Amino acid sequence: MALILSGSAQAETVFVTLEKDNALAVVDPVAGKLLQTIDIGQRPRGIALSPDYKYLYVATSDDDTVKMIDTETYLEVAQLPSGEDPETFALNPEGDRLYVSNEDDNLVTVIDVFKQQEIAQIKVGVEPEGIAVSPDNQWVVSASETTNMIHWIDPATHTIVENTLVDPRPRAVSFTADSTQLWVTSEMAGTLMILDVKTKQIIKTIRLDIPGVNADKIQPVGVVIDKQRRWGYVAIGPANRVAVINAQTFEVEKFLLVGQRVWNLAFSPDQKRLYSTNGRSNDISIIDLERHKVTKSIAVGRFPWGVVSKP
Amino acid sequence: MSSLHYLRAMQGIVGRELWRFVRQRERFVSALVRPLVWLFIFAAGFRATLGVAISPPYETYILYEVYITPGLVGMIQLFNGMQSSLSMVYDREMGSMRILMVCPLPRWFLLVSKLIAGVAVSILQVYVFLAIAWCYEVEAPWQGYLYLLPALMLSGVMLGALGLLLSSFIKQLENFAGVMNFIIFPMFFMSTALYPLWKMKESSVWLHQLAHYNPFSQAVELIRFALYGEFNEYAFIYTLCAFVIFMTVAVIGYNPSKGMMMKKGGR
Repeated sequence: MALILSGSAQAETVFVTLEKDNALAVVDPVAGKLLQTIDIGQRPRGIALSPDYKYLYVATSDDDTVKMIDTETYLEVAQLPSGEDPETFALNPEGDRLYVSNEDDNLVTVIDVFKQQEIAQIKVGVEPEGIAVSPDNQWVVSASETTNMIHWIDPATHTIVENTLVDPRPRAVSFTADSTQLWVTSEMAGTLMILDVKTKQIIKTIRLDIPGVNADKIQPVGVVIDKQRRWGYVAIGPANRVAVINAQTFEVEKFLLVGQRVWNLAFSPDQKRLYSTNGRSNDISIIDLERHKVTKSIAVGRFPWGVVSKP
Repeated sequence: MSSLHYLRAMQGIVGRELWRFVRQRERFVSALVRPLVWLFIFAAGFRATLGVAISPPYETYILYEVYITPGLVGMIQLFNGMQSSLSMVYDREMGSMRILMVCPLPRWFLLVSKLIAGVAVSILQVYVFLAIAWCYEVEAPWQGYLYLLPALMLSGVMLGALGLLLSSFIKQLENFAGVMNFIIFPMFFMSTALYPLWKMKESSVWLHQLAHYNPFSQAVELIRFALYGEFNEYAFIYTLCAFVIFMTVAVIGYNPSKGMMMKKGGR
């Protein structure tokens, strides 16, 4: 494992997984510069940070593992038993459980992070993809792309408690900070659905039509909502745009032009900026959230997939 | 001849031009309508289809209307330069040019004053246009609007000098249509105003070369960089040289003993 030893002096560091380069890009978003690229393993995709920002978790899909990386030294600390072909995963708020979607096996694998052991496998629908843990740690939700379902899993018992049928090909899921709503994107219907956590029902479906852009290009993927629940943001894949949604009225406020095939989104720790990975144009875009303007796009490497930010 | 004389003459010429401009409201409106039609209709049609890749001074992906705005600023100045040359021809036909030319001040000074008058009018138009574009979310950093002013002065005098040069060649008002067809349109379309240079290279290297050496392209690039708070040295030098050449030839052109005036019977 050729990981380069490096300390980070800048105020904020953005990490981006590069699916085709088998690497991790380290970016200083304030200076708008790519600092370095680190070899990480085969086909890195999903990425997450531990709550204390000490560790970085990266799903290296073709290595069939989730790697645990020290965020100061960039050295590999452990390889977690993720099951086959891990793509997306979620960390619980305490940072001791990792829930991994195993798309080919129709499973969610639960890992004890500190013991580095698999503790459960939960059977879910066909092709599980998006996964999230509610901030109050009451729910783990898994979205099955082919079954078109959201599975509500009790993290205490590792069992599915309820299912919600949603629009075709649900991709990403994200809870609001108060754990009362779940936002789900449907890649095929081109919609964003807002689910009420209490009733597990859809309370609003928003069509993300962009005037002048063909409907087949409207493929919503990543979704994030700010802590105050003022704004939500949806990456709309090949439409090369990020939708800005008023999280109170559920109106689409505007669409921001970013690079090609925008995939995933992440906030800066202070939530003043948003980062988007643009898979086909090999860059990330930085969005100023106070003005809702794209300020810069930085070339990072081939097929940027996931993104996280550390103070 | 004291400097006071020079100042009074310049005041008279610039004042007359500004006064004429303010008085002719329809001219002001029509000067604005042209770039606005391009911005609201032409650019809107291409908005979704043309993804403009990142090229300096831009730091991210931009919509087409953002790209063509500096080009339309250049268009305002280009048309203004031609308009003032048109008014020179008109003045000549009406005889007011003769009054101007008998003024006991150097010819170059009178012509420069004419030029400055035209540029002042064009700068006024540009800022009104940019204010409307701002409402349409074509926004540049605020410093850019300050940096733009010197760039506009240089590009304005360059295009104005070109207009003067042309007007020295045009005998009658009717010939102006030829100028439109042979100068303004090729200059505008064969430039970076509507499409970036790299895009042009894709279709024709020859066209790319022509556009690169088109002084209007360099004026537009000077404006584009200035609007985003950056200085494009190459465009600056190119525009400056073009101005010096055009102005020199125009001064010669307006010299009754040497230039085109004699050939045209000293009109």
